[in-house]
Amino acid sequence: MKELTPGMMIAVFEEVFGPFVFWAMVLVAVAITAAYLYVLIRDRSMSMRKFLLAQLSMPVGAVAAIWFVQVMTHSGISDLGGPIDVIVYLAVGVVGAIGMAILVYTLQSLIRGKPQPRW
Amino acid sequence: MDKTSIDRRNFLKLTALGGGAVGLGSGLTAAPASAAPVETKAKILILGAGAAGTALANRLTDRLDGAEITLLDPRQDHYYQPGYTLIAAGLKPSGYSVTKTTDWLPRSVNWIAESAEEIDPEAKTVTTSGGTKLDYDYLVVATGLKLDYDAIDGMSVDLIGTNGIGSVYAGPDYAAKTWAAMDRFTDEGGVALFTRPATEMKCAGAPLKYTFLTEDYARRKGNRGKVEMVYAAHNASFFSVPIVNEKVRMLYEDRGVKSVYNHVMTAIDPGRKIATFNTPEGAVELPFDFTNVVPPMRAHDVVRNSPLSWKTGKWVEEGWVEVDKATLRHTRYADVFAVGDVAGVPKGKTAASVKWQVPVVEDHLVAEIAGREGTETYNGYTSCPLITRVGRAMLVEFDYDNNLTPSFPGVIAPLEELWVSWLMKEIALKATYNAMLRGRA
Repeated sequence: MKELTPGMMIAVFEEVFGPFVFWAMVLVAVAITAAYLYVLIRDRSMSMRKFLLAQLSMPVGAVAAIWFVQVMTHSGISDLGGPIDVIVYLAVGVVGAIGMAILVYTLQSLIRGKPQPRW
Repeated sequence: MDKTSIDRRNFLKLTALGGGAVGLGSGLTAAPASAAPVETKAKILILGAGAAGTALANRLTDRLDGAEITLLDPRQDHYYQPGYTLIAAGLKPSGYSVTKTTDWLPRSVNWIAESAEEIDPEAKTVTTSGGTKLDYDYLVVATGLKLDYDAIDGMSVDLIGTNGIGSVYAGPDYAAKTWAAMDRFTDEGGVALFTRPATEMKCAGAPLKYTFLTEDYARRKGNRGKVEMVYAAHNASFFSVPIVNEKVRMLYEDRGVKSVYNHVMTAIDPGRKIATFNTPEGAVELPFDFTNVVPPMRAHDVVRNSPLSWKTGKWVEEGWVEVDKATLRHTRYADVFAVGDVAGVPKGKTAASVKWQVPVVEDHLVAEIAGREGTETYNGYTSCPLITRVGRAMLVEFDYDNNLTPSFPGVIAPLEELWVSWLMKEIALKATYNAMLRGRA
């Protein structure tokens, strides 16, 4: 590979999803991230209670992410053939887990509102 | 890890795509689109609106200001040919590979839905099937190739899908019919016979992939014991790149695919289910219950019979355009280029090659118009995600010299059956192809 420019990657993504869906997904991702940062700044602290539920949801996110990739690509765990496959497989799971944790934490914070100081 | 960057779905695609874009040969990326367009009144005529012609038209539109670009192609549909294997494996519908030619063409390009009847490079004119004589300053031949089914006695595309006869190459609908035949065969069992022609061909890995896929389906259905697999190689090897050939030999042995060498199919008898082969020992008949016919491939007659084709050497009969293998410029007519399947170069009849070839022609053409010398060269880069079963592939990339040219050396091993390489073929290649058509990749 000589070069893989960001512009080219965006062009490829637009072709995968269609420009509308792709940019809508980018906006959703940015919105969730912004909401996460918003609740962190608003609350001035991480709520360990919310974080616990978020952590508990992580395996669900990991499994869902891997399941999604496998269904989309007509493949299964027995197709893993080399180290890079295992790395990508786990990375999909890790990112699914983290994405789910952020989503769950953010939703809890938005729904339950700002915590009342207990001291 | 940074928690704030990407959500899950985006990442999944990114994971596959990160390499996928490269799978199709990310090689030469978009030319400096930021450079100011070159002003010109040049008349550029492109024969063929397939992958090469369309990608080049889009890129030239960006690079040139005022050029009169004309595309000649009678076909209303655009075919994504790398998708045929997936259609013939029952993983995608036939519509997966079909779009409209007009979907991809820039507005400023003049598309004439006719074919070329005669090319006269001395007078610099091309006569269309409608009788119009088009003159040009620069000609780009991107007509693709002709599947010469007539060269096999008894064969016709109408037979595809009947009598156990398949042919993945013939088109999206025929690929779907081939799947129906293969699906039936792997239910019932018998002898599966795979071939390839002795001519140059597009994607020489495709017949190998289809052999692997048929074997895989028989195995998955629990019918492997009822199926005998035979691969008839046209010469003494399965693949022109020696190191890849050796790997395929090992995999065939592993999968129980028997092989015969120096067998070139000359005739097929659908009723008796017998194929006849030319061999050093004379004509040999082999039986089949299912076969994937891969016809001889040549340049279209209009090119083959024109002054542009090779007049000496091994390609006289096949009729490919005589171009310099590095610059893709005609060796006798400096204002003529060839790109894609029709180019008479030793390798590179794949979409991945087109991706590398198009920027080379673009560079030399634009440089000439601007009064400079072009500098880009094509090294024969070809990429073949060689599917070895549903869920795994080997990302084989190589050049004119049979060197492996892996896009991710040390990360994605070219001769290893990997899930990641399969992900690229399944998800990312079509997107990369489409981006290429638009001149953006």
